[in-house]
Amino acid sequence: MAITPNEVRWIARELARLDLSDAEVEDLARDLTKIVGYVDQLQEAKTDGVEPLAHPLELSNVFRPDNPQPSLPVDQALANAPLRKGDFYAVPGVFE
Amino acid sequence: MIQLTAHELRRLQETGQANAESIARAFLDAVRRHDGQVKAFLHLDEDEVLRQAKAIDAKRAAKQPLGPLAGIPVAIKDVLCVQGQPATCGSKILQNFRPPYDATVVAKLREADAVLFGSTNMDEFAMGSSTENSAYQTTRNPWNLDCVPGGSSGGSAAAVAACEVPLSLGTDTGGSVRQPASLCGIVGMKPTYGRVSRYGLIAYGSSLDQVGPFARDVGDVALLLESIAGHDPRDSTSGPRPSVAYSQTVDQPLKPLTIGVAKEYFAEGLDPEVEKAVRTAIDVYKSLGATIKDVTLPHSRFAVATYYLVATAEASSNLARYDGVHFGHRAADYRGLRDMHCKSRGEGFGTEVKRRIMLGAYALSSGYVDAYYLKALKVRRLIKNDFDQAFADCDVILGPTSPTPAFRVGEKSADPLAMYLSDIYTISANLAGIPGISVPCGFSSSGLPLGLQLLAAPYEEEKLLRVARMYEQATEWRRRRPPLVAKDA
Repeated sequence: MAITPNEVRWIARELARLDLSDAEVEDLARDLTKIVGYVDQLQEAKTDGVEPLAHPLELSNVFRPDNPQPSLPVDQALANAPLRKGDFYAVPGVFE
Repeated sequence: MIQLTAHELRRLQETGQANAESIARAFLDAVRRHDGQVKAFLHLDEDEVLRQAKAIDAKRAAKQPLGPLAGIPVAIKDVLCVQGQPATCGSKILQNFRPPYDATVVAKLREADAVLFGSTNMDEFAMGSSTENSAYQTTRNPWNLDCVPGGSSGGSAAAVAACEVPLSLGTDTGGSVRQPASLCGIVGMKPTYGRVSRYGLIAYGSSLDQVGPFARDVGDVALLLESIAGHDPRDSTSGPRPSVAYSQTVDQPLKPLTIGVAKEYFAEGLDPEVEKAVRTAIDVYKSLGATIKDVTLPHSRFAVATYYLVATAEASSNLARYDGVHFGHRAADYRGLRDMHCKSRGEGFGTEVKRRIMLGAYALSSGYVDAYYLKALKVRRLIKNDFDQAFADCDVILGPTSPTPAFRVGEKSADPLAMYLSDIYTISANLAGIPGISVPCGFSSSGLPLGLQLLAAPYEEEKLLRVARMYEQATEWRRRRPPLVAKDA
């Protein structure tokens, strides 16, 4: 099944939040079509009644005592922020 | 001195024939001589290396207790956080990122009195099998500078192979420690999932990623693994088991020993020279008294397809954090939040990372999640079940690490699927969470190293290391050095 340039644009904009050039869109449509064609062989595997395995340890609900620990000082926590305002991360308006 | 093992360097310090500073200076010299060609290192702060080495020497002079890696330089892959030092992940998006804390493995290296010896090049976000996907430089294979070192931990593997450092750490999500170890002629190990903490390891595929050691022999790999393994309260996916003193038992041969050989690991596309070297290694084990048994891994043919759905789905989610808000690159001009996200990520990520994010987002999208992601998780269970059954009949499974020796720079970079298939023999271990090790087992006619892979059941690292050591002790491959190192000596 072919993945079209329009599907690539939709995935990039709506799901992956990636700006792509026209050349990148064309390349990705071609590469993803080829890769999805390859992974389609999984449909040959018989998996009726098989439980999905999301994680090799199959752990759930790992608890530890809720003891307060020292946390990073604000200046250190914000040191890598691209834009800072006071003690906060600065972002453009959320509602367009 | 630079050709010695960590064990030998430790003895030199104990007998006073060398100290941490003279060792550090010897390796810094080696980097100066060779890294212009090999390009293994991304960051190396000489003053910081010497400061650590002098501090170890001062501790020794004051007769303070010293850790098991005292004065031993260890390079780390640029995906692990070292407080205040760059951690770029081979990506432009993290070009200016300096982590505010140490990864647990880094903290453990400090506790063991190791000398943190810079950080090494890698495929961007550990996505690749050749280290060509780094945004900064292409690392070369020390055995042939026209060839790739493998990947994604190619810098860490090449640095050890070129004797620029005795030990290094990589990470292995689909073979990224074992495959470059094989292509560079050294030993590399992926521990059981959960054996080593992932705290401070910048995530790619969280259910697959595992930190692993590189060294020039199995004894040194055992020493490095025991220093970094164990439960970490900061990583809820680290197994609830303390570390084991692997280096104390590694020299004991495993007897009786049953080795499983799977026909699926000698499939179409396997280079005849690799096959011959691996079959010869089976004969070595026979001569050491091992029983060889046929085992079958019928679902391994689905491993590459399963991996490239599971790993990319996890990556598309993990890499959502690079949003230009908390850390990393933010575009200069944008209109609104969404545009800021799209532009920052579009500018910051390289081609392969974009490709994998897109594939993962597609596999998780409404309408496709059952056919792709959930289907892959079911096949993942079948792959794990194959191993459970096989290990009921044998101690380890033996096969090639990589289907071919090192390929040439540029040879596969235009064909992502061909590149993905170079992990065909390594990725099942990540899907199943089992440990694996690659050990040198010969050379191609063109002088490139070949590697043998041994796999074991979960938490059987001790057994795996002992079996690997038996082969190493019976052969001489580990004593060969790449031409640029041999010329030096």
